[in-house]
Amino acid sequence: MNMHSLILRTAGHFLLPLLLLFSVFLLLRGHDEPGGGFIGGLVAAAAIVLYLFSMDTESARKVLRVDPRDVLGAGMVLAVLSTIPGVFLGQPFFTAQWWEFTAPVFGDIKLSTVLIFDIGVYLVVIGSVLTIMLNLAEAED
Amino acid sequence: MNMSVALPVILPLFFGALSVMFWRSHFAQRSLGVLGTGAMLLATIWLLMETWEHGHVVMEMGSWPAPFGIVLVSDMLAAIMVVLTGIIGFATAIYSLSGIGKMSEKFGYYPLLHLLLAGVNGAFLTGDIFNLYVWFEVMLVASFALLILGGERSQMEGAIKYVTLNLLSSMIFLTAIGLTYGLTGTLNMADIGAKLATVEDTGLVTVIAMLYLVAFGVKAAAFPFFFWLPASYHTPKVAVSALFAGLLTKVGVYALFRVFTLIFNQEVDYTHEILLWVAAGTMLTGVLGAAAHYEFRRILSFHIISQIGYMIMGLALFTPLALVGGVFYIMHHIIVKANLFLISGITFVMKGTHELRQMGGIYRTNPILGVLFLIPALSLAGMPPLSGFFAKFIIIRAGIEAEAYWVVAVALVVGLLTLYSMIKIWAEVFWKAQPEGVEGEIHDVSSGPMIWMWIPVIMLAMMTIAIGLYGEPIYQMALMSAEQLLDPSQYIEAVLGVQE
Repeated sequence: MNMHSLILRTAGHFLLPLLLLFSVFLLLRGHDEPGGGFIGGLVAAAAIVLYLFSMDTESARKVLRVDPRDVLGAGMVLAVLSTIPGVFLGQPFFTAQWWEFTAPVFGDIKLSTVLIFDIGVYLVVIGSVLTIMLNLAEAED
Repeated sequence: MNMSVALPVILPLFFGALSVMFWRSHFAQRSLGVLGTGAMLLATIWLLMETWEHGHVVMEMGSWPAPFGIVLVSDMLAAIMVVLTGIIGFATAIYSLSGIGKMSEKFGYYPLLHLLLAGVNGAFLTGDIFNLYVWFEVMLVASFALLILGGERSQMEGAIKYVTLNLLSSMIFLTAIGLTYGLTGTLNMADIGAKLATVEDTGLVTVIAMLYLVAFGVKAAAFPFFFWLPASYHTPKVAVSALFAGLLTKVGVYALFRVFTLIFNQEVDYTHEILLWVAAGTMLTGVLGAAAHYEFRRILSFHIISQIGYMIMGLALFTPLALVGGVFYIMHHIIVKANLFLISGITFVMKGTHELRQMGGIYRTNPILGVLFLIPALSLAGMPPLSGFFAKFIIIRAGIEAEAYWVVAVALVVGLLTLYSMIKIWAEVFWKAQPEGVEGEIHDVSSGPMIWMWIPVIMLAMMTIAIGLYGEPIYQMALMSAEQLLDPSQYIEAVLGVQE
């Protein structure tokens, strides 16, 4: 599927890294403000899909490096694992664990199992959207 | 902290995620299938033992206290149901080793299997009505994908009917949840139960109860909402059929049991009278449909419906003995029905067809399979000393004690007709000679890779006999669950603590 558009191809090349960066920003921002794993994943998947539209499925797979189904699986495993740590502290499943510390440049940082869950969601969304899109694009070729 | 109540949900999710990760390797997926369902079976047995000891096991997910957060609650009924899920999941996973085929594995059979089991267990264990809806949707998504694995035309047709009607029921369910929330301001089932007792507008409560009845009636394939079931259950792979037949409709029945004992227990005369009519209609239409058909899995599908009627009858009579009978019936039915479907898979491999008229002579070539079929078949019809006899006996005795003679009459006639259609299958598939002009044995199934199909069949048949011969512990468990169902204050207290 190649649209043969110079504008789209040039823009796609520039937009890909920007959109990916923005998706990570959305992912990390999502804890207290609008954003999160789901929307971040959609933006990242949209970035790859834009690349797919401007180039072809082969180069889209190449830029992704891994099979989207692996991304999907890794995300699911990560999400499930993030529910477990609380159990070892005698708390129920899904209980969030927090680690706070101060880093030199970034200031106060709060890390949590919620973030791991969100990264899992991020990967699941990327994986599932791209599995669908790449298969559809290949079926059309 | 007792984590036994969360494991039956977490484990299949975890193994499902793992088997997505190893989607390239058929071997890894199969091993994860057997390992995962095996681990789940052990976890469910642990939960049953914990519940037997403590009465209720409760866990507040994410440490959010009830009634605001989502709780997982196991009472005796829920614990029994998850153990049955474990048994059927494990049996199906073993059966799939030789029965499912590489194509289905490639398209995600094992992850979907785990997801479906997680959905079923989640529905059994959740204590939150909206969460119940979510688990129903998880089940619907997984079961839709499992239904169309293979991509044949008949599968698509069945799946579309299945999904349309189930989505409709989900919408009605959601409406009912909305109304419930508007009335009580809570979604926690124990809290709803406690608060509805004080609501004055009993008319609206009855309307909501009827909405739940319709929503769960569709899921349970109760009369008059059953028609999606015989339209779809005979189309997918046999292992999938068996899983659906054993578990999916029973989630609907479980939801009926839960809602009509815990929440809507004020106007029993009205609501449970309707349930009784539903039960009679379900029994009768199911068995008549079965008598009219000549396709192995269609007959079995119609029998699911008629058996659902017995379970709802147990709930509708609403006496301690009747509830014992209902719960006992569910236990007996899940094992027997899944087994019959699994056997239909073996005969399909042998003959290459599900049409009774084109089969025959299996008893001559493979008498063991004939006996293995007769055990669940006669149990389904209620022959002593198999499990079905005691299940029917308890329910019918409860019906006589409650002086609901007409339902008892219906139940007895349906039992007789069940025997008729089981004997029909027996005579056509096993006893009569191979019809002329039709190819005989296509595959020999007594050796080689097909051996995996036999293990779950034998396992489930032995359970059927065991429930019949040593029914006492099963009866005790059913008795305990019936006592808990009739005294919802125990459940409410276990979930909400002593603040009431």
